[in-house]
Amino acid sequence: MSGKDEAELSRLMRAAIAGDERAYADFLHRIAALVRGFVRRKIVQGGVDPEDVVQETLLAIHVKRHTWRQDAPVLPWIYAIARFKLIDAFRRRGRRIEIEIDEIAETFAEPETETVSERDINRALDGLPPAQRSVVSAISVDGRSIGETAAKLGVSETAVRVSLHRGLAAIAKRFGRQ
Amino acid sequence: MRTEDLIKALDADVRSKAMPLRSAWWMAAAAAAVIAAVVFFFTIGPRPDIMIAMHTVRFLAKFVFTLMLATTAFGLIRALSTPGASTARAAAWMLAAPLLVAVAVALELFMVPEPMWSTRMVGSNMMICMGFIPLIGIGPLAIFLWMLRYGAPTRPVLAGAVAGLLAGGLAATFYAAHCFDDSPLFVATWYTLAIAILAGLGALGGRFFVRW
Repeated sequence: MSGKDEAELSRLMRAAIAGDERAYADFLHRIAALVRGFVRRKIVQGGVDPEDVVQETLLAIHVKRHTWRQDAPVLPWIYAIARFKLIDAFRRRGRRIEIEIDEIAETFAEPETETVSERDINRALDGLPPAQRSVVSAISVDGRSIGETAAKLGVSETAVRVSLHRGLAAIAKRFGRQ
Repeated sequence: MRTEDLIKALDADVRSKAMPLRSAWWMAAAAAAVIAAVVFFFTIGPRPDIMIAMHTVRFLAKFVFTLMLATTAFGLIRALSTPGASTARAAAWMLAAPLLVAVAVALELFMVPEPMWSTRMVGSNMMICMGFIPLIGIGPLAIFLWMLRYGAPTRPVLAGAVAGLLAGGLAATFYAAHCFDDSPLFVATWYTLAIAILAGLGALGGRFFVRW
């Protein structure tokens, strides 16, 4: 957590908004680790799975990236979203917590660990219309490209992009609410 | 689905575009002003003696109050709809409109003899005021709540209430051109109540409609 992080992440995010896929992947991996560190430190008792909150935060960051002002620092924006999603996750489970925003300065990045628990995101994915669901899972779980997915499903690349975008927006909206 | 897999899907969607929130807010403000103007001119419209009224301080002062409220609420709601944005300064500016009204009320009480206070406060058409400010403001409020959904307010109820204040400031600016009651005593009472109705509706909208 430093000015160097901030400058690097802002640069990656600006490149991502300009359409740079590699910069965006790099950005998402880094913030996933940061958010994971933040969330794990906040969840001391059970009830909420940290990785669910990490995933919900990443989705929110993605669908709300137009709310980031390119001349503003990106870390406060990321942590505000993570904090909101964490509080939301606790609220859905009938618990209230207060999170001090100042504590983010002590956050350290953490790697993802495999868990066996059923992810919230899978339930949201299962609730999608079939066309969107097959596109989202082909690209995410099967790791196919847009082009491969289009060929496999026998539709145009544009149709794949549209289904992917709508599917992700729908997952972000439904997360934990079904 | 592992987080790694989710990142692949998000990454593949990098080229999807949405209008930056800042520009969207200006468009929303313009659209809201047009809707408010249409409702205003097709219902009550400006008072017939508006050219004469414009030469009186009390008439003009109403626009200073309402435009101050709308401007400061616009500043605050943009900050509230952006995660991590600092809101302290914009929130402090929200005091400007009430302070201006308070000063005007003090001056009015000083200049107008006491027996006339209640007449000035009750005015001639408070029910029209209470009805039309919410009526003119409801369309803009809907637009602003929709904008909050487009944005990412981490305090949705507060943001919704500010959307109501913004819609109220806008609606009251139009309504002030119709209203014959120019006394700050009237404005401080009935405009405030009418705008509070919109703020309450906005808070409800923020609670139940603004989810992200």
